[in-house]
Amino acid sequence: MEMKLLAGPVVALALIGAPAYAEITGDVVRIGVLTDMSSLYADNTGPGNVAATELAIEDFGGEVLGKRIELLTADTQNKPDIGLSVGGRWFDVEGVDVIAGASASSVTLAVQQLAGEKNKVFLISDAASSDITGKACNANTVHWTYDTASLANVTGSAVVEAGGDSWFFLTADYAFGYALERDVTAVVEAAGGEVLGSVRHPLNSSDFSSFVLQAQSSGAKIVGLANAGGDTVNAIKAASEFGLVQGGQKLAGLLVFVMDIHSLGLDVSQGLQLTEAFYWDQDDKSRAFTERYKKKMDGRVPNSIQAGYYAMITHYLKAVEALGSDGPGDAVVAKMKELETDDPLFGKGHIRVDGRHMHDMYLFEVKAPSESQGPYDYYKLIATVPPEKAFRPLEEGECPLVKN
Amino acid sequence: MFDLLGISAPAFFGQLLIGVINGSFYALLSLGLAVIFGMLHIINFVHGAQYMLGAFTALLLLNYLGIGYWWSLLLAPLIVGAFGIVLERVFLRHLYKLDHVYGLLLTFGIALVIEGTFREFFGSSGQPYGIPPELAGVQNLGFMFLPNYRAWVIVASLVVCFGTWFMIERTRLGSYLRAATENPALVQAFGINVPLMVSLTYGFGVALAAFGGVLAAPIYQVSPLMGINIIIVVFAVVVIGGMGSILGAVVTGFVLGVVEGLTKVFYPEASSTVIFVVMVLVLLTRPTGLFGRA
Amino acid sequence: MSTAAIETLPRVEPQASLRHQYVIFAILVALAMVMPFAIYPVFLMKGLCFALFACAYNLLLGYGGLLSFGHALFFGSAAYVSAHAAREWGLTAELSILLGTAYAAVLGLCVGWLAIRRHGIYFAMITLAIAQMFYFFYVQAPFTHGEDGIQGVPRPPVFGIIPTVDDHVFYYIVLAIFLASFLLIYRAIHSPFGQVLKTIRENEPRAISLGYRVEHYKLLAFVLSATLAGVAGATKALVFQIASLTDVFWAMSGEVVLMTLIGGLGTIFGPIVGAFFVVGLQNYLADYGSLVTIIQGVIFVFCVLVFRRGFVGEIAKRIGKPL
Repeated sequence: MEMKLLAGPVVALALIGAPAYAEITGDVVRIGVLTDMSSLYADNTGPGNVAATELAIEDFGGEVLGKRIELLTADTQNKPDIGLSVGGRWFDVEGVDVIAGASASSVTLAVQQLAGEKNKVFLISDAASSDITGKACNANTVHWTYDTASLANVTGSAVVEAGGDSWFFLTADYAFGYALERDVTAVVEAAGGEVLGSVRHPLNSSDFSSFVLQAQSSGAKIVGLANAGGDTVNAIKAASEFGLVQGGQKLAGLLVFVMDIHSLGLDVSQGLQLTEAFYWDQDDKSRAFTERYKKKMDGRVPNSIQAGYYAMITHYLKAVEALGSDGPGDAVVAKMKELETDDPLFGKGHIRVDGRHMHDMYLFEVKAPSESQGPYDYYKLIATVPPEKAFRPLEEGECPLVKN
Repeated sequence: MFDLLGISAPAFFGQLLIGVINGSFYALLSLGLAVIFGMLHIINFVHGAQYMLGAFTALLLLNYLGIGYWWSLLLAPLIVGAFGIVLERVFLRHLYKLDHVYGLLLTFGIALVIEGTFREFFGSSGQPYGIPPELAGVQNLGFMFLPNYRAWVIVASLVVCFGTWFMIERTRLGSYLRAATENPALVQAFGINVPLMVSLTYGFGVALAAFGGVLAAPIYQVSPLMGINIIIVVFAVVVIGGMGSILGAVVTGFVLGVVEGLTKVFYPEASSTVIFVVMVLVLLTRPTGLFGRA
Repeated sequence: MSTAAIETLPRVEPQASLRHQYVIFAILVALAMVMPFAIYPVFLMKGLCFALFACAYNLLLGYGGLLSFGHALFFGSAAYVSAHAAREWGLTAELSILLGTAYAAVLGLCVGWLAIRRHGIYFAMITLAIAQMFYFFYVQAPFTHGEDGIQGVPRPPVFGIIPTVDDHVFYYIVLAIFLASFLLIYRAIHSPFGQVLKTIRENEPRAISLGYRVEHYKLLAFVLSATLAGVAGATKALVFQIASLTDVFWAMSGEVVLMTLIGGLGTIFGPIVGAFFVVGLQNYLADYGSLVTIIQGVIFVFCVLVFRRGFVGEIAKRIGKPL
């Protein structure tokens, strides 16, 4: 009853002429999408992740090696114990081969360990923690879209290059915020800029005017938002209201998604600089994907996390095809690392030994209302950062897999 | 003196003012809670959801009927207040003879239902609601830029708080109300329809929350989660002020806004916790809150 | 403000025979022994941990009439300590759980000592406020690893010899912990201490006039409840091999009230039923998103309006025997 079977038409397909040589456990490849469907991050992950996964499965005709692909979904509610009990049941009882997920970093790190113990595959697009491919890395995990280190590298270096050499941070008071602030500070200082100060606000603060005032009186050219979700949105709103941008300062959002801009409106968010790994209006391929995605998602456009789901599921299925088997997990992930990645959304790339997927990252600026042609026409490209510059060097991650 | 604190005098006054602005929201919301508790003895946990409903009503009025901010400021409280009266008639009136705890649990449940439903339909990230053009722009006060809209929030909140206090403490209607809480049977005997009065009082308290929601809509995102983020704090304000004390709720609301604002300068991490510290200290020294009657 | 926080609890007749309770208990134990063969053991362990948490809470609210809105503090704090002990200090399972429990007991003593000076809603607000202060501390303290939580907690062998890595084996250890704690609660409720507690709940002034030192009884009930909530939290940390902020958040305090209320306040078996019901709801409705919240809300409303005795309380009333 907890399964959302999307395999109805797929089953019929699979029954026709399935070759018998493939070693697919249970004669079905089961993909579990475990994400935040209802709480804080649902608009940037949730149903959109499921839709992107469905599209990837559709593009395989619903089957791989002649065996049908089945999709299960569940809501972590951002609680690690729910993520673990659903994930554990999926692996142990329901025969799930791969979990894609898994909302907040507390849930993700926990499921990562679980996938290692059970020797299954875990594909990550939602979470930002750099530890996933660092201290916590294992041979069963791929981290696709972004992490705090890349957000910091791209935003920090590109903004300093464009002349933003003095910074003040509004930092969410938890590990994610600290990591961003620390990493950006290192990048900014290495690029010859300076950090004038920071203020740490509690998670889910509703009013940012006090913090914005402190940022204004700091005199920094760039106000870095080392927070996420509702906090970032509220901070941008308060900054607009108190005339921070008119006062000559610029905002740099470290983790902002296209739906955040949509919910803020361009009036408020124009001029904001932000880093994403994907924008729906990049090229013909991304636009074609977006059209299909929109049909499933009430006209919304995908963000980089959701594009990441499509890309990593696609690559996973390719690896299963190449390996001729959907297990054990470490063998599949080894195959994923061995094969070049190539998909319509992230282009060509590869997966490093620590599990990090390497692709370009982009610095965008939010358009002014007058520049925008219509709904979701929000970004203009400022800089493209190649993977070697965007992501943390392999040696610095302390990932145990790297030593040999 | 300010140099010792590591902050310049202008910045200090700026933060003080921002504290007052936030305090006006606390005052408005805790006022509604206090009115409801004072008259109905119901701990209205659904107040945060009703505040959210006010903001959403304004948003929906704008998006679907093209009704702007000023009319919404009047209409949204009426609509949400009427919804409150329905809640009172259908659910709450069964609880008056029971312990407070049941009122708390029931309204907690209703809040979950309302917020879950809105999250289902509107997502969690919220929607923008523009500042009315009449109030756009900022004033340069010398020590800070004060957005006109924030100044209006202080004025609106003060007027409504004073009006409510005056009505309950200084008018004949208010005296009926207070009498009805002391001895409903007697007031009923004088020919006053007590159940109707109770319903209307609840509706009024809810309308205050909705009014706060409309005021908040242009400042914050209109989001299903906006109520849950503020309700616990407002709750603490009412308890510190003294449950059911109108004056206590208003004064405490403003004072705690300032206390929280100053914490944001000197120890920002603790700004969401400081109110609880104050609450423990107050309750341990003054069992019925600052303005409560034993 | 009334002295007794809860007035509509089913009153337990002290002279009623308790033999049927032993029968039910035996059936439940037998059921628990075979369950892991039918149902995923991790889910069962989670259910047992929350059942213990709810039973501990019921001791306070159902029998003591004290509504605490900060009980997640004891549950989550013990989880942190036991996770830290197992991971950083390499202690065995039983020592980790004991340490977590001891910490919860000390916290319970401090918080209880402050809170029992106030009644009704003020009592609830003090417990909530103190729990929020500790929540802030756990967000700040380095050893909790902030929002990541303490990850990768090992499951050390019990007494250094009984292995616990296999979920099926560990299930029986968790079951043993649950049963021992449950029997302790059962014993407490039917002891003279439990009788006095019920007297206080129903009429505090009378209990005072009878010469009972009411404060002592309340404090003892609070500490006992906090300690057992600690056992539950410390065990849960080892079950899931993680301790995180969700377990100390105020929403968790709300959840345990819900569990106790659904099952039946002041009943022996109610909290177990309520806990499994809520945990099952969260688990099996996990893919319906916001519906979980809505359904929980509807259940709250329903329980308060027409079902104040809860599942087990209603049945007990029908058959006219305490359950």
